[in-house]
Amino acid sequence: MAKIEYNPNDFRNGNPVKWCAGCGDHAIFNSVLKALPEVAERLDIPREKFAFISGIGCSSRFVYYMNTYGMHTIHGRAAAISTGLKTARPDLSVWVCSGDGDSLAIGGNHFIHACRRNINLNLILFNNEIYGLTKGQYSPTSKLGKITKTSPFGTIEEPFSPAVLAIGAKASFVARTIDMELDLTKEMLVEGACHEGMSVTEALVNCVIFNNKTHADYAESKAIREERTIRLRHGEKMLFGANKEKGLVLDGMKLKVVTVGEDGYTLDDVLTHDAHCEDTALHTMLASMRYPEFPVAVGVIRDVQRATYDSEVARQITEQQEREPNKTADDLFFGGETWEVK
Amino acid sequence: MSTVIRFSGDSGDGMQMVGNLFSESAAFAGYGVFTFPDYPAEVRAPQGTVAGVSGFQVHFGSQAITHQGDKCDILVAMNPAALVAHRKYATATATIILDSDGFTKDAVAKVGYDIETISEQLNLGECNIVEAPITQMTLDAVVESGLDRKAALKCRNMLVLGITLGMYDISADYAKKFVEKKFGKKNPLVSQANIAAIEAGENYARNSHLVGENHERKGEGALAKGVYRSINGNQAVAWGFIAAAERSGRPLFCGSYPITPATGILEELAKHKALGVKTVQAEDEIAGICTAIGASFGGALAVTTTSGPGLALKSEALGLAVMAQMPLVVVDVQRGGPSTGLPTKSEQADLLQAMYGRNGDSPLVVLSAHSPADCFDKAYMAAKIALERMMPVVLLTDGNLANGTEPWRVKRVAEMPTITPPIVSREELAAKAECFNERGLFNPYSMNENLARYWAVPGAEGLEHRLGGLEKHPVTGAISYSPEDHAAMGKLRAERVERVADMVAEVEVVGASEGDLLVLSWGSNVGKVSEAVAALHAEGAKVAHATVELVNPLQRGVAEAMARFKRVLVCETNSGQLASYLRSVTRHEDIRAVADMGAQPFVVDALKAEISSNLNLK
Repeated sequence: MAKIEYNPNDFRNGNPVKWCAGCGDHAIFNSVLKALPEVAERLDIPREKFAFISGIGCSSRFVYYMNTYGMHTIHGRAAAISTGLKTARPDLSVWVCSGDGDSLAIGGNHFIHACRRNINLNLILFNNEIYGLTKGQYSPTSKLGKITKTSPFGTIEEPFSPAVLAIGAKASFVARTIDMELDLTKEMLVEGACHEGMSVTEALVNCVIFNNKTHADYAESKAIREERTIRLRHGEKMLFGANKEKGLVLDGMKLKVVTVGEDGYTLDDVLTHDAHCEDTALHTMLASMRYPEFPVAVGVIRDVQRATYDSEVARQITEQQEREPNKTADDLFFGGETWEVK
Repeated sequence: MSTVIRFSGDSGDGMQMVGNLFSESAAFAGYGVFTFPDYPAEVRAPQGTVAGVSGFQVHFGSQAITHQGDKCDILVAMNPAALVAHRKYATATATIILDSDGFTKDAVAKVGYDIETISEQLNLGECNIVEAPITQMTLDAVVESGLDRKAALKCRNMLVLGITLGMYDISADYAKKFVEKKFGKKNPLVSQANIAAIEAGENYARNSHLVGENHERKGEGALAKGVYRSINGNQAVAWGFIAAAERSGRPLFCGSYPITPATGILEELAKHKALGVKTVQAEDEIAGICTAIGASFGGALAVTTTSGPGLALKSEALGLAVMAQMPLVVVDVQRGGPSTGLPTKSEQADLLQAMYGRNGDSPLVVLSAHSPADCFDKAYMAAKIALERMMPVVLLTDGNLANGTEPWRVKRVAEMPTITPPIVSREELAAKAECFNERGLFNPYSMNENLARYWAVPGAEGLEHRLGGLEKHPVTGAISYSPEDHAAMGKLRAERVERVADMVAEVEVVGASEGDLLVLSWGSNVGKVSEAVAALHAEGAKVAHATVELVNPLQRGVAEAMARFKRVLVCETNSGQLASYLRSVTRHEDIRAVADMGAQPFVVDALKAEISSNLNLK
C-alpha cells in the first residue's frame, strides 16, 4: 500500500473560520491540522477514516472547518455519539471536540463513562472556563468567585478540573496543553491519538470576549509559562523555572515546590514523573495543582495501558463466532424449540 | 371456541414454566395459543403471600387466537394466596383446581381468610372446585427417583401440567422431551421425577374424569402450515432487527438503557454477538439513542429500545436524527401512566409523544405492532424504512405485546423483502453534478428519487462530509438560517415522511364494506377489538374493523375506509389519542373513542356492548 502522506491543509475544507479574532480555538485548530498528517502516517489511516464529532458550543463549531467525516450534534452528547461510532467502526480514528460546558455540565455523564469504558476516542476539551456561545455565563470550570452575567456577585461553586475528573473516571490517557503552545498541543494530540484507549487532552483556551485572560496568570507569555507551569515528561524530573531550578517533591502526603540547592533539597529529592503508573494518586495531585500555590501541570499527566472497549467488543464477537453454532439468522430462527404444522 | 387457563402459585412454584409448556404442547397439537405472564411486581416477595403470587395465562382454541383472553375458565391455584390473588381473574363458574394439601387452616389464615368461610368470601359457590392432593400425589409419584422432599416438591408444577394436558387429551410428549433436554444429561433423576409427575397428573385427570370445557373441539387447522416457534414481542422485535441487518448487509447496533418493559430486547440482542450484533448498555437513555446515532453515522442498522419515560429523554436526539436524516429505529415498549407511572402495566398513551414530542416541526414515521409475532414484521419494516429512506422511525409496541407469546411462523431471511440502503461511493455519484459543490466537495444532503439522503459511510474516499443539527441550505447542506431555506427544508422533512406511505400495504377492512360503524384499533388491543367486531358483524351489524399499523404518515386506505362509514370508533387504552390524531388529519366528522384509562386490556364482552351502543345510527 502507498504510504499515507498528507499536509495540514488536506484536513481543512476551506470554509471560513468564524471564531472571534484572538480566540484560543484558532490555535487548537491549527495544532490539530498539524497533528493529523502525522497521526495518519503513524496509524496508517487515510483521511476518509477520520471522523470529528462535536457537541454544541463555540469549540464544537470545529467540525465545520474540517475536511473529514464529521457530525455537529447536540449539546453534551458528542462523547456518547462517538462511543457508538467507534464501537460500530473501530477502524475509524474518532475525535471529539467539546467544551467545558458541553463535556462537564450537560454532558458530564457521557464524559465520565467514556473515560471509564476506555473507548478509543481522542477527546479535546477546550477549557475556556465560560459559556461563550450563549454570551458569558459561568461554566463548571469557572474559578470560584468569578463574576459573570449569571453570577453577578461571584460564583459560589467549586470548579471542576477536567484533567482531575478524567483521572478520577479512570481515563487511561490525560494530557493538558495551552492554546498558545502550538507544538505542545500538536505533540499531545499525536500522542493521544496513538494511545490505545480514551485520550483526554485538556486545552486551556482563552475566550477573548467573555473571559479574557482567564489563564493569563500562568499562561500569558513564554516567560510566565516557564515560571508558572511545569512540563511533565515521563521518566524525567519534575523541574520548572527559566533555569529548571525549581522542582516538586513529596512532603509527607503532599506535593511541595522547592528550589534545588536550597533548604537542603537536592536533585535527588525531586520527583520523577511516571505517567505509566497505574495508581492515580500522584497523577491526581499533579493535575490538581493550581497557580499560585503550584505551577500548572502541562504535558502527558497519565498514560496507562488497559483493554479498550471497542477492542473488547470485537474480541467477544470473534470468540462467540468461533463457539456458537448459529452462524446466520436462519440458524437462530429454525434452531431450538420449534414445531411443524403440516 | 376457546378456553382460558390460568396457572397461579408462589414465585418459586414454576408457574411460568408450566404455562409455557402447556401452551407449547397445545400449539404442537395444533391449537391456536396466546399466553400472558402475570409476574408479581416485587422481585422476591415472601412465600405464601398475595404479593408473591405469580400467574401465567394461556388462551387456546381451535382457531387462531389473537389475544390473551379475558377471565379464565380454569384456574389452577397452588396455594391459598394464589386463589385469593387470582380469583378475580376467573369467571363466576370457573373450574378451580387447587392443591388441597396446601389449604390448611394456617395457610388460609396467613392470607387473611377463614378456612370455613373462604369459599363464601371468594364467591366460589358456582365454581367447579377440584380439590386435588397435588403435593401428596407429587411426592408419591417421584418416590422412585429418590429425590429429597424439597427437590420432590419442585415437581408439583409438572403434576399440574399433566392434569391440565390430560383434561384436554393433549399429548405430553412435547413436554417430556423438553424435560429430558433440560435435565436429562445433567440430572437424570430430576428428569425422571418430572416425567413421573407429568404422568401421574395425566392419570389423575383420566381417573377422576376431569374433562376440560370445550374439550371436544380439536385444535387442527388453527394455524397455517409451516414451522412455528413460540415468541414474545420483545424477542420478536430483536429478531426482526437481526433479520433486517442480515438482509440489508448492515451490521446491527443497539444502544439502550434498561427500562421495564423494554429491557428484554436489549437482553436478547446482547446474546447474539455470534451474529455480529453489537450492543452498548449506555449510561442513560440519552446515551442509548446517541450511541445509536453514532453507529448509524458509521453505517450500521442502529436501534435504541425504551419505554415512555425513556422516549421523553431521547426526544432531543431524535430531533437530531430527523434533522441530519439519520437511519435509526426507536422502539417504545409502552407502559402505563405519566412519569414513572405503572411500569409493569400496559397502556397506549405514548402515541402523541411519539408523533409530536420534539421541538420544532419534526415529523417522523410512527409504526405500530399489534401482536407478539407481528412485532417481528414491524421491526423488520421499521428497519427497512429507516435504512432505505434515511430517517428515524418510532416503533410502538407495549408491555402486553412484549411479554405475551404466540406461535410465530418462522421465515427464512431470503423470503423477506429486500432492504437496499442508498449507500454510495464517489465513483457512483461522479455523474451527478448536483451532488458536489463548486470546490468538488460532496453535498451531504444530496438525495435519490425517494428523497433519501445518499449514505456516504465513513471510509468512502472523496465523500467526506459534515452532518449536523443546524438548519441548512437544501442543496449544499451549508448552515443557513434564511427563511426560504428553513421553509424549504421543513417542507422537505414533511414530504420525506409522507412518501413512506408507499412502502406499507393498504389497510385491511374486515366486516361490512360500508355502513354504520368502522371500528379502528391499534397495538395489543387489536385481537380483542377485532374479535368483538367480528362477533357483531356475524350477528348482522353493519360494522367493520381495521387495524392501523402505520400512524404517521397515515396508512393508505384508512381515511378512505372511514369515509364509507357514518361513525368511526377508535378503541384504545389511553385518553383517545389515535382518535384525536385522526380528527386532525382526516375530514370525518364523527370520530369517537372507546378510551380505557385503567391500564388493563379490554374485555371482549364489554367491548361488544360499547360498540353495539354505536350501531343503528340514523
